[in-house]
Amino acid sequence: MKHPVGGSSFPGMEGLRATFEVRIHGRGGQGVVTAAELLSVAAFDEGRHAQAFPSFGSERTGAPVVSFCRFGDTPIRTREPIAEPDALIVQDPTLLHQVDLFSGLRPDGYLLINSGRDLAELGLAELGERFRPERLLSVPATELAREHLGRPLPNAALLGGFAALSGALRLDSVIAAIRERFGGEAGERNAAASAACFHHVEHELAGAVGA
Amino acid sequence: MLRQLEGSAAVAETVALCRPEVVCAYPISPQTHIVEGLSDLVRAGRLGSCEYVTVESEFAALSVCIGASATGARAYTATASQGLLYMAEALFNASGLGLPIVMTVANRAIGAPINIWNDHSDAMSQRDCGWIQLYAEDNQEAADLHVQAFRLAERVSLPVMVCMDGFVLTHAYERVDVPTAEQVDAFLPPFEPRQVLDPADPVTIGAMVGPEAFAEVRYLAHAKQMQALDAIPEIAAEFELAFGRPSGGLVRGYRTEDAETIVVALGSVLGTIEDTVDELREQGVKIGALAIKSFRPFPLEEVRAALGAARRVVVLEKALAVGIGGIVSANVRMALSGIDLHGYTVIAGLGGRPVTRKSLRALFERAVEDRLEPLNFLDLDRERVESELERMAAGGRSGPHAENILRDSGIVASRSH
Repeated sequence: MKHPVGGSSFPGMEGLRATFEVRIHGRGGQGVVTAAELLSVAAFDEGRHAQAFPSFGSERTGAPVVSFCRFGDTPIRTREPIAEPDALIVQDPTLLHQVDLFSGLRPDGYLLINSGRDLAELGLAELGERFRPERLLSVPATELAREHLGRPLPNAALLGGFAALSGALRLDSVIAAIRERFGGEAGERNAAASAACFHHVEHELAGAVGA
Repeated sequence: MLRQLEGSAAVAETVALCRPEVVCAYPISPQTHIVEGLSDLVRAGRLGSCEYVTVESEFAALSVCIGASATGARAYTATASQGLLYMAEALFNASGLGLPIVMTVANRAIGAPINIWNDHSDAMSQRDCGWIQLYAEDNQEAADLHVQAFRLAERVSLPVMVCMDGFVLTHAYERVDVPTAEQVDAFLPPFEPRQVLDPADPVTIGAMVGPEAFAEVRYLAHAKQMQALDAIPEIAAEFELAFGRPSGGLVRGYRTEDAETIVVALGSVLGTIEDTVDELREQGVKIGALAIKSFRPFPLEEVRAALGAARRVVVLEKALAVGIGGIVSANVRMALSGIDLHGYTVIAGLGGRPVTRKSLRALFERAVEDRLEPLNFLDLDRERVESELERMAAGGRSGPHAENILRDSGIVASRSH
């Protein structure tokens, strides 16, 4: 079994590295670990190999938490934490000033931040110079979660947003993973939040292209 | 069925398919999800008459398993770290009595300093307690080894530890083909005990044995582990035939055929090692890896056959024998007795320190040029160690090491005031 070196052959993954790596930052209680697990299930549902794991800390509610997800066409053998992610999902914008969130993000990487404010308002305008600006986005995932779940749990919404921003996973597989995990009404509500965030990001991206 | 799930869930479901009759465990990170999963399955009635016994400690947990196994019940437990140490006396009793208990060890460091993360200090500390020790490389193998472990334990009348890296495997989501009940039933017949406490046919188990026979009874324990050297590959071969995938066995080589340098390791770190081996192979470096799957019994002949033609052997181990260095290394050297090659020990991944491809690559590049020391510590911060040694050398009340090192690292230790 060879380590993947070439590009991916999966639809929508052309041009991406053979193993796509996502790092998720948030706080204990926000579903950071669950989010990475859901991504791995969505990738698995698409027939890919996937691996998700938490930052193995003694997680406490409110403490910074990191989780990781890798997926690709070939078996994933490495077990190391993701140091150079292809995508970053930031579930809690208050981490911006506490943790080195952008460490190792690839120059062509994707960034999705949960915030109702845009990157300039968050004081992150300079990121547009280091990374491809059309791949950096903030979304009001907590507001979308409040609207659809009645609770400020942004993880499912952000996964829909990630699918739209990166194109690395399909919305239907993300939603199937969410439904399978939460089940019943909670599953439907989280799925709705995820779809709403997907469309929000699609709309934002269309606006960016049009501008 | 192929599913994407947590390693602990895969193990819990697979253990359930082995139809244990008594499960008794005390929760401890990172083992907890496994026994929680089994407790749910028992409560939901999925394990028939299986009894899940809750107890107050790991010592009690294994003691209950000993009692259950002695009455002819298939018994299972799981633990980690300090929990395994707390079982220590009962571990020797289980193996000395020849009771085929199966236990998952979700490998974790041992304090002090207290640390919940992964390394192999726990299992390695009990390597000579008479239990068979099998090490899983990924979650598929972790699940599969439990099915094989019950077969093996009951065939040779010895308890078996299935060691899987805590957090790295127990908390990782990846694809696992969880077998069906029919598959496991066909592979694992009901437990037929060689000795049983039965009121209808009373015997005693656990006689006191004096100098006249102690050595003979102890020798039998060794003889049974030597039998396991034959049983392990036979059971693995049968497993592959029945389930259609390789799992377990004594050792597994990776690109070792023409390798001048071979890296030896146990457990999940093999994945990262193999990726690094591939990177170096692409540059023409003749390097390979050897996974030791069974650490007890130790497969001397297979290790010798796999490594004997290499020019150098790098043993990478996740435990430190303070005062000497490597544990796996010492066993590997015994296998290589009389063979002239360069041998290096690398202590890595202690207390959850990530073992990265970047560090491994630099390490292996130095290894192939024979620029390693006999004993090496991967990614050790020498500066912090030196400053603490200087603090001690200065005399007086230099304070506790852990707190000093944390302070030097800019991390505030938990305080009681």
